[in-house]
Order: sequence, then structure tokens, then C-alpha cells
Amino acid sequence: MTEYDRIVRSTCPYCGVGCQLELHIQNEKIISATAPGDRAPNFGRLCVKGRFGTDYTHHKSRLTKPLIRKNLDAPERIPIGPEGFREASWEEALDMAAERIARTYKQSGGSAFGTFCCAKATNEDNYIFQKFVRSVLQTNNIDHCSRLCHAASVAGLSKALGSSAMSNSLAEMKDLEVFIVTGSNTTETHPVIGTLLKEAVVKNGAKLIVIDPRKIEMTDCATLHLQQKPGTDVALFQAMAHVIVKENLYNRDFINSRTEGFDSYSKSLDKYTPRWAEKVSAVAAKDIETAARIYAGANAAAIYWGMGISQSVHGTDNTLSIANLALLCGHLGRRGTGLNPLRGQNNVQGCSDSGGLPNVYPGYQNVSDPLIQAKYEHQWKRDLSPKPGLTILEMSDAIESGQISDYIIMGENPIMSDPHMSHTIHHFKKLKNILVIDIFLNESGEYGDIILPALSFAEKEGTFTNSDRRVQLIRPALQAPGEARADWQILQELAIRVDQKLERKNSAGFTFSSPAEIWDEMADLVPDFRGISHRRIDKESGVHWPCPSVDHPGTPYLFGETFPRGKGLFHSIDLKLESEAANKEYPYILSTGRVLYHWHGRTMTSRSDLNKIYPYGKVEMHPDDAEKEGLANRENVEVSSSRGSITVELCITDKSPRGVLFIPFHFAEAAANRLTQDLRDPVAKIPDFKISAVKIEKR
Amino acid sequence: MIKLYINEKEVVCHEGTTILQAAESAGIIIPKICYHEKLTPPGLCRQCVVEVEGARVLLPSCITGVREGMKVQTDSPRVKRVRKTILEMLDNCTDLSEAPELQIQMKKYGVENGRFRDTVKRDYPVKDDNPFYIRDYSKCIVCGRCVQVCSEDIQFSYALTTGGRGFENRITTNFDKPLPETSCVFCGNCIEVCPSGALVSRREYSATGEAND
Repeated sequence: MTEYDRIVRSTCPYCGVGCQLELHIQNEKIISATAPGDRAPNFGRLCVKGRFGTDYTHHKSRLTKPLIRKNLDAPERIPIGPEGFREASWEEALDMAAERIARTYKQSGGSAFGTFCCAKATNEDNYIFQKFVRSVLQTNNIDHCSRLCHAASVAGLSKALGSSAMSNSLAEMKDLEVFIVTGSNTTETHPVIGTLLKEAVVKNGAKLIVIDPRKIEMTDCATLHLQQKPGTDVALFQAMAHVIVKENLYNRDFINSRTEGFDSYSKSLDKYTPRWAEKVSAVAAKDIETAARIYAGANAAAIYWGMGISQSVHGTDNTLSIANLALLCGHLGRRGTGLNPLRGQNNVQGCSDSGGLPNVYPGYQNVSDPLIQAKYEHQWKRDLSPKPGLTILEMSDAIESGQISDYIIMGENPIMSDPHMSHTIHHFKKLKNILVIDIFLNESGEYGDIILPALSFAEKEGTFTNSDRRVQLIRPALQAPGEARADWQILQELAIRVDQKLERKNSAGFTFSSPAEIWDEMADLVPDFRGISHRRIDKESGVHWPCPSVDHPGTPYLFGETFPRGKGLFHSIDLKLESEAANKEYPYILSTGRVLYHWHGRTMTSRSDLNKIYPYGKVEMHPDDAEKEGLANRENVEVSSSRGSITVELCITDKSPRGVLFIPFHFAEAAANRLTQDLRDPVAKIPDFKISAVKIEKR
Repeated sequence: MIKLYINEKEVVCHEGTTILQAAESAGIIIPKICYHEKLTPPGLCRQCVVEVEGARVLLPSCITGVREGMKVQTDSPRVKRVRKTILEMLDNCTDLSEAPELQIQMKKYGVENGRFRDTVKRDYPVKDDNPFYIRDYSKCIVCGRCVQVCSEDIQFSYALTTGGRGFENRITTNFDKPLPETSCVFCGNCIEVCPSGALVSRREYSATGEAND
């Protein structure tokens, strides 16, 4: 029998499902992970990443000491491995980092900083990060990878409903009646949700409609698969709405009592017939009609979506066209309904909740609202800027224009995750200072000046907020590697030192002694969090916000009575086709995404057993296209766009439709983002990761 | 509501309840092997059998529904003898060293070694075909929990199945393929329910000194 030194309950560090884990520790290593059967949201289930993928925590390349670039301030910034850095004491590294931050601040002010907080770090880490940026650096130039994933869902849902979170809980999924999955390869990106959705179909007889260009695994249990041409989502959803209005399938009572703008919206649908949508999207008109009737005819129907909807130059419109459907049919505010963007990172919901965005304080409170500004100024005892900051890609632009000279990056990897990689690298090279806080030296860290070693999820305490707004605890299971420290401790030290260097008299309040204390300050400022504390989460295993008071039970599904903006607002939308189109030179459309065994920039999964089963990138291509191009399965091919080219192994599969290629973006050696473009949605500023025109050639 | 008697104790429960559930609700513990509270009861191992008045044979309590006025004995001499025999048969052909629950039951029912002569222990080579977990079917009692988890009780992957008959009955994959060539997604939910240590995460297996990483 295996004996464990200890078993520690925690929350999975990978995706937004937020599975509850028990980490089994022996000799300071996680040797296995199990799941408590009685705890939401996963009720005893795990996927391969949570079960076997937390071994990166004891990988030999973990950062254990602060590092300082050997040739600082060289004329050209080049990427370097660990050999290019020297080890330093915390004292020296923090002092140097603070000195350089103060120097930039004195020369150019707060707007010279671009900062990335982290959707993998805790709510408490992110709260401290944004407090540091706003109160010490005096800027709102703070953003994180949510910009690259659900920014368009946030923008669309905010316009339609006034709120951006997933509306219904994961626990409802197995009892669904009808649901749509669109732009989400659920079984690979949210595997445990994938099992809950399959259970609804197999055991509850639920009807599933998959709307996705790729033949993803979820189509195996779908009633209907609408395989639209990439980028034509709006046409499909508008035509579904057309059918629902024309056939009087809409929910008149709901529209009257809970929505506004129906009359002009319904008129705007006249021209968007299924026949028209068939021409645009290549989906048969009768299938669009069937989908509309199934969705509208259900007592309760839910919509789940992922990056396929949001990572688009029309991402906001895509979201609005989905929201219109739910408003038409009244599929909101009840069990088994809802508008549900499946959040990617373990704490991307929480990082946004904790103020990791350029336009809002924690709790989505607008930076330009004078009353809110006054509240935060009072708490932090500092004047604060009412000017919204720059988003990720705008920060990159601002390096080009000379406004931003310094990057501060906590746990993100923009080189891998941003579109148009050569452009991103060009900008990194132009920066004067790059300060990095991370657990590994990743592709972006290699450009850094000072690297501060942080703790992984398994070594610290704090909270993650999962996709259905459930705030859950992580607990220390392993000893800190070497001298690594928790992000919040590093940032607190840094904040104090920068304030000293700038000879500021009063303190903004960086005197926290535990993450629980940090949470309490945030809960004090955010009405929706007021009833939540670490102690309560410990007792109840998790609490869904909004939770305005200690006697409030938390809110598994939203919008029961009303929407945050009052009434749900219909939006008339026109189909736009502004993405890159396939052309003579670049005849294929490239879509990018993830696979089951890897995570984003692969900083974690390349250092895990997970890498052994999926060690390198592949490009997926339809058999007919491969035959046309004379390419064989598993041979190396070169895929190129006008922005770059990569060599990658060919995988022939009918998962990809004709004319569409798919490459996962995890692999630095075959980085899909060398091919993607930085064209972006005008409202959400999210890039168009899913559509690039490419060609494919024999190597 | 239905009223029945378990070990002479009056128990009241809803229609559709199994004898096992009814007994547990009354604080009467019935031993079991293949049964797992999160899974559909397969009624395979027969360790949970009980004596019901008027019934010809012992009935598996995990899949037998309660009936009005039923008289149930969960620990009669006949029941005890059957449980002991089941454990002895398992012990004779399987390595139960990593099955803590069964060890406890063997002690309780006074399992004797050597009552069955000429038996053969199952001795399969350890299946080590993927980066995540090993399958040591010499320790497998073929309770089928892993197959259930892999199919419609949790994962809907259908990678694991049963194969062979009689003594050759075992857990396998379609066409005996290595796991990476099947629909397995390595969720490891099967490891979680294995009662006898046949499925073990590779890191844990290495930690016990039986294999190298």
C-alpha cells in the first residue's frame, strides 16, 4: 500500500471548470491526485490534466532564486536561457526592480508601464497586482489573457444584459433538456464539462445541437451538427432568429416583461432568411430551421460557447446574436437555461473579478465613475486615475509609438499567446525594462531583465473563481522550491520599495499578512463578494458570487428576476465579413486552438508527463484536401501565411472540414501564432485567432 | 412507503429502494465488493447477498428492490458461508495485497488458505503502455467498476471492456490494443474506483519501488 506524507484538498490549476482535487504527497512530490466524490463542481471526476498534470510543480527547471540578466541595458534585447542570468538575493533583485520602476516613473509617469496580471494566479495575487499598478504606478494599463479569450463574450453580454459571467451553474448540466454547443471543443478544453454534457444526452435524453466548423467529439452525441464556414456564425444565428420570429416560436411574455428593443430587432431580421444563410455559411437551410425549432420549442434550453465565438474580429456581434436568441425564447434566469461562455483559465473569471482589466476596479466598478473612484481613493489613500488604461494589443501598439517603455508580467506568456508573433517579438525588443514574476523561465521571460521566482498553486493559499462564479480555495501542499515566494508577497514588497524610492509619505496599505486578509479588503469594496470569506469557503467548499451578505446562500444561476442592466436589450446586427479571406496564394483558412493534453503556451504541460503523449504540434487537414495537395499522413509540411511560416507534422482527419486547417497554438517550435494576424474586434479588442489565410506545402 | 424487516428490525423506506440502501439507512452494514455508491450497481460479486424469507436462493441486496413485509437476514450462517467462499475463491486466484477493504473482510469472515486445492493464481504481465498509469491485472478481481466508469457511469469514452470467459475473464480494451490506440483520454477516473490496486498512477507505482520512472 502506498503511504502518503499528507493529502491536501485543493483546486485544479488548469481550466475554468475548477475541479476539486486531493493531492497525495510523498517526499515533497505530488504522486497522485484524486477527487472527492461529494464536492461540486466535478463530483469525483477529473481529466488527464488534473489527474496527472500537476507534476510540473516539481520540475527541475522551477525558478528558485531571483535572476538578473547579466548584460543589462545592452543595446539590443535578445532572448536568453538561464545561462544569460545571474542569481541574486531577494534584497538586490527587489531593490533593483524598484529602482528601475521609480526611474521610469520619474521620467515618463505611470502611462509608460504596460502590465499583465495573471489568470492562473489567485484572486488575492491579482487584487494586490492591480492595487500596485493603480495606486503605486498610477495607471490603469493593466490587462490579462482574458483579452485574448472571452473579451468579446464579456463585451457582448455586457451590452445585452449588463453582466458578463456564465449565467448558469455546472451542476445543472446533467439535467439539461436542450442545449447548443458552439465554438467550444468541450471534451478537450473543458473535459469534465464534456462528461456532464454527454450525461445529459445519454441519460437524460437531452437534445444537443453542435454549431462548429470542425467535427469535434461532441458531435458524436449531437442531434444536429451545423458545420458552418468559419466566420459566418452571425449569419447562422440571425437566420435561426428569423425562423423563430416568422414561425411565432418566441416567448411573448418574456419579451414583454424582461426585454426591450424587440420591434426594431424583429424587423431587422426580415432579410436574414435561412436560404440566405445557407449561401453565406454553407449550412443547409432546413438544418437551420430544425435547429431554431428545437431551441425555441424547449421548455428550457442553454447555450454554451468557447473561443470559436469570441476569438473573432466579429466576436462581439457573435455574442450579441447568441444573446438575441436567448432573449427571444426566454431561455434565461431558470435552471437549465442560460448564456454560458465556458471560461478558459482556472481563474480567468477571478482575475477579471479582481480588477485585472484596464477599465474597471475589482467587481467591475468603472474607473471613470467619480463615486467609484472616490471609494477606492478613500480605501487606498491615494489619488487614482479616472482614465481607462490600454488593452493587451493596445499596449503592444504603444511600445511602437514610444509611450510604453516598461513591461511588468506576472505569470503570462504574451510571446506565445498573442497573435502575430514576429510583431510581438519586435515590440518586446524595443522595451527598456521587463520585469517578470513566474514559476518558470518561459518564452517571454527569456526577454526579461529581472525574473522573480513565484509559488505554484500547490505551494500557496488563496482562491480561484471557476467558470460558474464559484470561489474555491487552494491550500499549500508542497514546500516552496528554494527561495520562491507567493506573488502577493513579492508585489507587496515591491510596492513598498517603489513608494520609498518615490519618497511618498503615506502608504497605500500594503501591510497584508495573509491572502485571507487581502480577500477581506476586496470583499469590503465589492458588494457581490461581501458575504464570502476564506473561512466560509473552507466550510462550504465553494460559494457562487453574487453573495452580498454572510447569510446569503450564493447564486448558482443569474437573472432570475432581472438583468443587471434592467431589461435585456435586443441588438440588430449586420453580417460583416472582415476576416482574412482565402485567396489564390493562401487558399486555406487556418483555425487555431487547444488539445486535451496541453495548456496554452505549454509552460506547465511541457514540463509534465502530459508532454510524453503529445510531444509536438500537428496540422489537421481533410483527406480530400490532402489528396489534392499530394500530401501524406505524418509527413512534415510547411504552413505559411503572409506573416510567417512553420514546419509541422500533417495529420489527415475529417475532423477538419474541406478548406480549413487546424493547428494547436501550444508549441513554440511550430508556433501557430507566427501565422495569425492581429486584426481585432472593434469593441472587445480581441484578435481574430480563428481565421488566417494560409498555404500548405511539402517540406 | 414500504415496511420491511431486516434482522428483525422494522425498516420503512420509499418504493424503489434496494435492500442494501434500506439496510444502510437503518445502520445495518452489508459487505460488498463490486458495488460503488457513485456507480450503477452491477450485481456481479455476490458478496452483498442476503437471505430473504420465501426466496429460493440468496439475493444480491445491491440490485434487489424492497417489498412490503419482506423479511431479510443479512448475517445468517448461510450468508456468512457464501461470503467466506467468495473471498476464498478470489484470494486463491488473485493477488489481494493491495485491496485493503477485502483484507478487512477476509479477516472478519475467517478466510482459510488451502481449502481449494489445485487452484492457479492469475499471473498477467504488468501492462505499462502509457505515460500515466499502469494496469496490473494479477491484482484485478474483475469487479467491472473501471468499465462502468469508462462508459456510461461517468466518462463516456468506452475504452475499457471485459473479455474472455471463466478463469480467462478479464478487463481489456477492444482488440487488446494498447491504451494510447484506444478512445482512452487518460482521465484516470477508473483508478479512483479500483478496489484492489490493479490500476495505479505511474508515479505512485514508482514510489512503491516496483518500477522506475
